[in-house]
Amino acid sequence: MRKMMCVALTGAVTAGLAMSSMAAEVIKIGGIGPTTGPAAIYGSNVQNAMEIAVEEVNAEGGDIQFELQFEDDQHDPETSVNAYNSLKDWGMQILGGTVTTNPCIAVGSEAVSDNMFMLTPSASSQDVISIGDNVFQVCFTDPNQGRASADYISEMELGSKIGIIYNSSDAYSTGILNTFLAEAQEKNLEVVANEAFTDDNSTDLTTQVQACKDAGADLIFLPIYYTPASQILKAANDMGYETKFFGVDGMDGILSVEGFDTSLAEGVMLLTPFVATSTDDLTVAFVKAYQDKTGDIPNQFAADAYDVVKVLYKACTEAGVTADMSASDICEALKAVITSDGFSYDGLTGESMTWDASGAVSKDPRGMVIQDGVYQPMD
Amino acid sequence: MQFLSYLARGISLGSVYALIALGYTMVYGIAKMLNFAHGDVIMVGGYVVFFTFCKGGIHPVLAIIIAMGACTLLGITIERVAYRPLRGASSLSVLITAIGVSYFLQNGAMLLWKSDPKSFTSVVKLKPLVLFGGQLQISAESIVTILVSVVIMIVLIWFVQYTKPGHAMQAVSEDRGAAQLMGINVNGIISMTFAIGSALAAVAGALLLSSYPTLIPTTGAMPGIKAFVAAVFGGIGSIPGAFLGGILLGIIENLSKAYISTQLSDAVVFLVLIVVLLVKPTGLLGRKTTVKV
Repeated sequence: MRKMMCVALTGAVTAGLAMSSMAAEVIKIGGIGPTTGPAAIYGSNVQNAMEIAVEEVNAEGGDIQFELQFEDDQHDPETSVNAYNSLKDWGMQILGGTVTTNPCIAVGSEAVSDNMFMLTPSASSQDVISIGDNVFQVCFTDPNQGRASADYISEMELGSKIGIIYNSSDAYSTGILNTFLAEAQEKNLEVVANEAFTDDNSTDLTTQVQACKDAGADLIFLPIYYTPASQILKAANDMGYETKFFGVDGMDGILSVEGFDTSLAEGVMLLTPFVATSTDDLTVAFVKAYQDKTGDIPNQFAADAYDVVKVLYKACTEAGVTADMSASDICEALKAVITSDGFSYDGLTGESMTWDASGAVSKDPRGMVIQDGVYQPMD
Repeated sequence: MQFLSYLARGISLGSVYALIALGYTMVYGIAKMLNFAHGDVIMVGGYVVFFTFCKGGIHPVLAIIIAMGACTLLGITIERVAYRPLRGASSLSVLITAIGVSYFLQNGAMLLWKSDPKSFTSVVKLKPLVLFGGQLQISAESIVTILVSVVIMIVLIWFVQYTKPGHAMQAVSEDRGAAQLMGINVNGIISMTFAIGSALAAVAGALLLSSYPTLIPTTGAMPGIKAFVAAVFGGIGSIPGAFLGGILLGIIENLSKAYISTQLSDAVVFLVLIVVLLVKPTGLLGRKTTVKV
């Protein structure tokens, strides 16, 4: 009897252990992005969307379950590396980040030495994916954005004299600028003014706008984030300068700046792979889930982030990743799957997205225009 | 015409620097310390005006008066808590404390008001001045800022030269120990200086953000540093010097953006400062003091 008890107890204990290890069968996904700071809109959108996607994945009840931890980096490279280290202490196995370019480059070099798989929703610089073969993007690479913008402007004949205002202290901005200039030359677009500012002297941007005005630019290309863009729109309005504005994905968010007069953004065009007003099933379902959770309309970064989690889920399933694998083993498995010929993903931000070994995604961009305070497809 | 337009923008930016530099130079002249937190008091003033005027919709003048009150209180508190205990300490300790206060204010603002940018609505509701048939346009904000900084400079000079507290300030500035022996309440005078400087910061904040509308917790940092340069440029401790330095700095910055390089404008500004300090170490209007050894 006593022996029986022992066996029963041992059995119970073993079962208990098995249970607890079953419960721990989750793959730990880390996320890093600015939920405060000048680019806060991006990070909070990404965080919310990743949470939604992880809930959906777990609700499917498959073999693969995700656990998400998201850290704030204030769009600051140093803070971002600290966030990365604390996520590693937590036991992160895959990084779904980071959100913005400069921090992503800093974190990327750490992740390369750890061989940690990184899939960034929105850090779009070429420098991000060239850090190592473990870094992949869901968004377009900057060179693609610059090239696509120039193509789009020339194809739709949006402007004949192009002015540019960019941030020379930001890799994202200069990355887009360089390919834009190259492609503009190819397409015979006339660039009449090319003005720069830096993070430190961005208080006053009127001189740059004035220079574009003096040069007679009828379209200003803004490969920058929305905060300085909002200053430029106001400055142009104040000096009575009527021109068209064309932005890239960093312009997304301009309508949500607190206190900003959104009528200034009327007619602003931008290239972005996602619009919340689309009517396809996937977008409608996602926008509803996002609104139920936060009360806000998701932007492109949210859509990118949703795709990040879903791509990771698909890749983990196909690669047979299990929770007891080390981050480095998972990285090797995911790399092999995601670059394989058969792997393709239909997401919010593009159909049949595929990746090559460089880490860049291939999908088509879409032009948007701000009308009546919302983004509308341009074509 | 282009040149005039750049010049006008330069004067406009310069008058904001001048307004900030007046606060710097007051505190330096009397308390003999560099209050690096001055730029961040401007930011706090900006937020107060943002919430009372831009969000709360009260009259802009009333909003600025509330902000002046809030900043005065903040300035006196900072002086009482952070600087007064260090009255006898070396100037290096005070300087480091000032930098600490600056970080404290920035991060406190980040906690309180979050750091996503806010877009400021101008407190000046007037039409821009249009000259030469629309070729030259000067914004009403610029004109108001220039006028306000001139008026404040004149009032400050009058206050320091012709009033009793002003005389006490001069005495404290000249010889703190002797002033105390003559029965002047040195701590009170220094508190008053901080109160005036901080109230000016609130005005500067409202006018800075009316011209350049992005409000984030680090909004005051860079203009604060530039204004410090302006104060040194004009001769730190001198009230007309701060004004002159500010205006010149704004003009140099904008003209170098227009004609040299938009990226190198800061480099040009600091280069000019270095040259001025080499040629005239006390700044443009600084007083030369001979120290007997």
